[in-house]
This record gives sequence, C-alpha cells and structure tokens, in this order.
Amino acid sequence: MRRFIVRRTLQTMVVLALVSVFTFLIFQVIPNGDPASRMAGRTATPGQIAAIARSWGFDRPIYIQYLHTMDKIFTGSVVSYSQQINVVDQIKRGLPATISLAAGAGIIWLTFGIVVGLLSTLRPGRLLDRTLGFLALTSISAPVFVIGSVLLYVFAYKASILPSGGYVPLTANPWQWFEHMLLPWISLSLPFIGFYSRVLRGNILDAKYEDYVRMARAKGLSSRRVLTRHVLRNSLIPVMALWGLDFAGVIGGGAILIESIFDLQGVGQYAAESIQTLDVPPIMVIVMYTAVLVVVVAALVDILYAYLDPRISLNG
Amino acid sequence: MSTKELLAPASPPGEELRIQVGAGPYRLALRRLRRRKGAVAAGVFFLAIVICCLCAPLYARYIAHTGPDDNHISATVIVGGHRHNVVSLIGIPIGPTWGPRFLLGADFNGRDVAVRLLYGGRNSLEVGFSAMAITMVIAILVALFAGYYRGWVDSVLVRLLDVIWAYPAILLGVAIGTSLTLGGISLGPLNLKGGSLYIPALIIGFVNIPYVAKPIRGQVIALREKEFVDAARTLDAGGLRIMLTEILPNLSSTIVVFVPLMIANSILLEAGLSYLGAGVQPPNPSWGTMISDGVRLITSSPHLVLAPGLMLVLTVLCINIFGEGVRDVLDPRSASRGVRR
Repeated sequence: MRRFIVRRTLQTMVVLALVSVFTFLIFQVIPNGDPASRMAGRTATPGQIAAIARSWGFDRPIYIQYLHTMDKIFTGSVVSYSQQINVVDQIKRGLPATISLAAGAGIIWLTFGIVVGLLSTLRPGRLLDRTLGFLALTSISAPVFVIGSVLLYVFAYKASILPSGGYVPLTANPWQWFEHMLLPWISLSLPFIGFYSRVLRGNILDAKYEDYVRMARAKGLSSRRVLTRHVLRNSLIPVMALWGLDFAGVIGGGAILIESIFDLQGVGQYAAESIQTLDVPPIMVIVMYTAVLVVVVAALVDILYAYLDPRISLNG
Repeated sequence: MSTKELLAPASPPGEELRIQVGAGPYRLALRRLRRRKGAVAAGVFFLAIVICCLCAPLYARYIAHTGPDDNHISATVIVGGHRHNVVSLIGIPIGPTWGPRFLLGADFNGRDVAVRLLYGGRNSLEVGFSAMAITMVIAILVALFAGYYRGWVDSVLVRLLDVIWAYPAILLGVAIGTSLTLGGISLGPLNLKGGSLYIPALIIGFVNIPYVAKPIRGQVIALREKEFVDAARTLDAGGLRIMLTEILPNLSSTIVVFVPLMIANSILLEAGLSYLGAGVQPPNPSWGTMISDGVRLITSSPHLVLAPGLMLVLTVLCINIFGEGVRDVLDPRSASRGVRR
C-alpha cells in the first residue's frame, strides 16, 4: 500500500510538471500575439517595444521564460499584462463565488443524481425508469448555457421572481446569496444529475446479479438491507469518485459558461474575460491551478480506491 | 479438404449439402436494434436533421430568397396583410412570421434566422463529425500502442493522456481555441487559416482523446493476454499485425458505442467554445455562435436563443438516444439491466 501511494504521488508530480510546460507552450505559440507590441500600443516605436520586451523578459530564451514564470507563480507575484494587477489576488477575490457555486451545485447534483438513479432501478424497463431515462438524456443533451439562459429568461425576466445575475457574499446577506445562487446551481446541476443517475442505475443493476448479492438474499436478509449494505456500497464508490473529479473541475473555474451567464465574477469568469483580452498570465495561472486540483483529486481518488478495494492491482 | 467440408456431416452422395450458417454478431445486434423503436426513430430523425441542414442552400435560394449573411436591416416584410420592419426602429428584430420569408424571425442584423439555422447546423454537424473522426483515430492508435507494448511506451502515452485529461475540456478548448483562431495553424502539410472550421474540429478532437483512449487501452491490455494473441505471436506475427488484425476487430463494438457519444459531445463542446468566441468564427454561423449572439437580446427576442437552442438539444438528444440503443444491443450485460432485446 505504501509503495502504491509513493508511486502514485511520483506519477502525479510528473503529470503536474508536464501540465505546467504544456500550459506555458500553448500560449507561446499564439501567432500574432507578441505581448510586447500589444502592450506598447499601436503608435509604439520599435525601441519602446524592445524596452517592454526586455523589462518583461520576452527576449529571453523560452526555457528561461518558463522558469521565470514558474518562479513568479510559486511566489504568488504574477501580474497580468493589461493593467498589471496581481493575478493571485484576483483569483482569491473570485474564489468565494466559485466555491459557493461548486458547493451548492455539488450537493444538489449528488443528492438528486443518487435519488433519480435509485428510483429508476425500482422497476427497470418500466414507465418510471423510461421517463427518468429520457429526462436524464435530455439534460445531458442540453448545453448548460442554453439551460442557463432559458432559466434566466423565465425566472428573472418574465416572472421576475429571481435576480438576473451577480453575486452577493454569504456573509453580507445569506438570503440574497441564496437567491442569486439558485439559478446557477440548478443550471449547473441538471446535466450532472442526468449523467450520475445513469451511471448509478447501471452500477446497481449490474450489482444486483452479482453472486455476493444473491448470497446475501439467500441468507435471508431483507431487500432493504441487501440494497443498503451490499448493492449500494459497491455501486456508490464510482459515483463518488466521479463526483470528486467534477467538483474539483468546478472549483477550479471549469464552470466558465455558468459563471459568465450569471455574472458571478468567479474564477471561471475571470478566465473567460482574460481569454477575450488575450491576457496570458491569468489564463495560465487559472488553467494550471485547475489542472493541479484535478490531478491531485484524481490521485486521492485512486489511493482511496485501492484502500477500499484491495483487488485493484497495485502495479497498474 | 476445407473446413466447411470437415464440419459437414457425412451426407449420402447425390443429396444437396446444406449447412445452417448462424447470423454473425453484428447481424444479431442489428436485428435487436431494429426492435428498439425509440432508438430507430431517433436515428431516423437525426438523419432528417442532417438532410435538412445539407439542403440549406436550396431553402435559402428557393424559399427564403436570402443568404445566411445577407443583412435586411431596413427591409420590410408583410405579415398577415400588414407591413412590418424586419428590424424595428429601436433595434428589435422581428419574431417568427411562419411565412416563407423570415420563417423563424430575423436577428439584430436583419438576417433570416431559419436560413442561418440550417447553415449553422451544417457547420455544427461538420465540426462534430470531423472532431469525432480525429478523436477516434488518434485515441485508437494511442490505446493500441500503449496497451499492447506496455512498458515505457505505455507510461509515456498514459502520462500524456493524463495531461490532457487534467484540464476541464471547455477550459483547455478555450485556451487553445483563442490562441489558434487568431492566426491559424501551419504544421508541415497542415495549413489552416484563422477562420477555418477545421480549427475548432481539431481542438475538440484533441481535447476528447483521453476520454476514448483510456477505456480502450484497458480493453487492449485485457485482450493482449488472450490465447488468440499468443497463437498469433507463435506464428511469428509482428506487433503491428497483431494490433490491427487480432486486437482491433475485438474492439469494434466499443468503438461503435463511442462514435455517437463523441459526435454528441463534440457538438456540445463546439457550441460552448463558439459561445465563448473560441470556436466557429463569424461570419460563419453555427448553433453556438447564434445562441451567443442572441443572448444579449433574449429579453426582447427570445426566438434568437430558442431556435438554435432547441435545434441543438433536439439533435444531440437524437444522437444520444440512438447511441444508447446501440450500446444496449451490443452490451452483453444489458439483459440484466432490464433492457428488452
């Protein structure tokens, strides 16, 4: 077990290093994106551009620039090209909104995903199962920004019972915080609920025909006990693993679309805005930060898996 | 003596030799699929959507009499005997007229939404299909090499997949999309201009690779230990030959299941990227860009979001229902899942 953990941690480090190089390279290959000439403005002389390039280090070799950038990221002193704002401070400012979004939506989609998944296994293939299956497929097929903008149109503009976007901190006014988060939570959760319920349904129905479940029933256990102690215990593990990864993605600003539609001013929206202005440092930091979260959570999930299920081959 | 003769029971001379050949797995699957009315209906409906989108130029020329990028800001249209401005004086475009001109209304530039919807669908579908093709080809190759050779090849390839997989798809897509849509790509023989449709297709295809390659690699690892692979190896078959003629055919049902899933995912991701301005570039319409343009005016003209939004949902839903039907008939475990076969 210890060897497995050490090994998985080492692999994680390698992936993290690769992620940082890859992220850096994506923005190095931007054609016509020379940041020095963009910062200097349209009427700049070549001398001014060269001076800016020198002071930002754009004239150095790529690997030096990479090391320099990584150094700035680790010490938290990255500044954006436009307006020279400290990126880390800016991300910290966006975190409360993003965490509110992820926490609320995460609870909603996990709860409803499990409930819907369970309901559809009561009588597989019958009306309830088919209806829920159809609804689940529909929610997976709808892009979040369509769900979001239609909900906004109906509840904020037509019925005007909910605010049309923006973020109110929980500490400032809990009720308003809730009102502002409700639509983003629902729009973000719907596709996840659809997906999770289908995964759980498949897992439960597969488990129902396993020998250990037949054994438990043969022992004379009540079906409720068989379900909770034997079927669900095994079926929920993959769902939880999935949840960990998706949750990390949302916390990391992966909910770009939802944050932009509802103007939550979170990390994802910051990324979207920086992309529009081609401001490389914030995008790089956010993308790296998200990737780090996802990779670390994935490693934790793997280790937890190996701990929960000793059959998982430790050298895989 | 051929195998057929060996297998046939000794029959008296002069009598017709008859062998009952069983239906192959694909014929059986097709037969089962035909019995699933919902999936077949969804597939047919999807085909209808594709055909409609392909006929976009016909509709534009003979029914709407306008192209996808033609502005009619100052034009008027007669609805129910009254003359209306296509775009009102305060900038609100006309809603659905349900007539040949501006069937689904106009957008803020006075362009015909129905015409743009068909042309946009063409682009969305084209991006979806090409992205799927890119994902599948690369993912299958990566999975075959990683899973068959194991060792350092596997380690390197899996780490690379992990790197792509570490980014949320939309975030990575937007990051690459922004950097490429500006200047295009020129990688050796591959030369794409900035506004090309194949740039979003390439990006989406690339971003989706790990989601296909990882599960298929797992299957390859299991298959390479099978006896028939050992047998091929003892016959001195090379690695490439084993991968292509022994392992690949056994992956086909998984591949078939992934194809509709990837088309659906690619269309959705294209819409998301276009919504953020990193996908299909104007003036090319796509369902994503149309929604993105319409959101600003949703309070006064909801049809600008509803028309492309509904088409998008309907199309992806059809693909998903059909895809689930295909998965159920190919999956041997589906009997336990209460699926009638």
